[in-house]
Amino acid sequence: MEVIYTGLRQTPEQIVETAIQEDVDVIGLSILSGAHMTLVPRVLELLRQKGMTDVLVLVGGIIPEEDAKALKEMGVAEVFGPGTPTDEVVKFILEHVKRS
Amino acid sequence: MADVEALVEGILRGERRAIARAISLIEDEAPEAEALLSAIGPHTGRAYVVGITGATGSGKSTLIHKLVGAYRRRGLRVGVVAVDPSSPFSGGAFLGDRVRMQDLTLDDGVFIRSMATRGSLGGIAEATEGAVRVLDAAGFDRILVETAGAGQLDVGVAGLAHTVVLVLAPGLGDEIQAIKAGIMEIADILVVNKADRPGADQTVADLMSALEIEAKDPSGWVPPIVRTVALTGEGVEELVEQIERHRAFMARSGLRFTEKKVRAMLIEAIKRALTADIVPLITRSAKFDGAVRMIMGGRLTVGAGADLLLEPLKRFLRERA
Repeated sequence: MEVIYTGLRQTPEQIVETAIQEDVDVIGLSILSGAHMTLVPRVLELLRQKGMTDVLVLVGGIIPEEDAKALKEMGVAEVFGPGTPTDEVVKFILEHVKRS
Repeated sequence: MADVEALVEGILRGERRAIARAISLIEDEAPEAEALLSAIGPHTGRAYVVGITGATGSGKSTLIHKLVGAYRRRGLRVGVVAVDPSSPFSGGAFLGDRVRMQDLTLDDGVFIRSMATRGSLGGIAEATEGAVRVLDAAGFDRILVETAGAGQLDVGVAGLAHTVVLVLAPGLGDEIQAIKAGIMEIADILVVNKADRPGADQTVADLMSALEIEAKDPSGWVPPIVRTVALTGEGVEELVEQIERHRAFMARSGLRFTEKKVRAMLIEAIKRALTADIVPLITRSAKFDGAVRMIMGGRLTVGAGADLLLEPLKRFLRERA
């Protein structure tokens, strides 16, 4: 796996444009600010606009149960809470990435 | 299978997804890669390629960020290919060069792509060349290729760059390493970044004396030493001017490379081929096993054993010389 790190405080526009340029299979969003119900839907919307629907979107951070449920309904593949073992995330990615 | 024709059309129109997809196909050595590269071939050769190399911590990502800004102010479109090493243990890579360049992401005139070495030096040199061609065909005027100062890799990248910039910083001790590793011979421009730090004068002095000792290139090109502070942008305009001066110099000379650089690149390529192709021929021979046993018995030293095994090859080359 090759991980491209973009640093902190990226806008949804920057995230999606980076995903395009790097031709990624997965986007991992880490959000601790509480703004996930605003930022994540915006990322999903931009991905749809750009035709990047085959990209797996994962969210990690402090996300309340009901928000996690709502995000998954919107198209987030999985939400990982604090303390999730890395192996679990890796396993999920390997099982769910569409493109080889 | 990706539709090569559609991808090529997309690249020529400068569509970012097509550019990105195409680079992935080349990077993954996909079956479509060859057809793709030959289709874009006629549309390449316009971009000016600048290789930027330096040790981790020399500040080259920050410098590239500023360099892109300077070119953008001149109205030029800029592609960046940032190469980082893969882990030899996991095969994976953590690519962090973008962090320093993220505010360029939304600029239509800039395209940044990260690449991992994935183990093979030959492979990454080819993949990098492929990525450069795609960006060239997509109409980028300047393409900056960043490598992490890993010696052999930089020599590989030097072969596709028109100008090679070596970035050093005071206190890393890397000027000495660069001289030892033969990287200085491939550099057209030397940058002492973090020039506001103590020790910068010493680094410049060390480089100047190294340049004194070295044989001058017959073309007359002497690598300039540029002081920069990438964080503030100090010296970046001068760096751009020196790159453009080198460009004009080479255009006037009618040469693709200076002699000194070609000698250094060729020596490096020969060393690589010797290790990859000739060493296995020797180690798989019965003579090698014989030498191993003699050394084990204390009847032969390691050095003498190596001489013995190489003697036929040396004799052959001497007779042909």
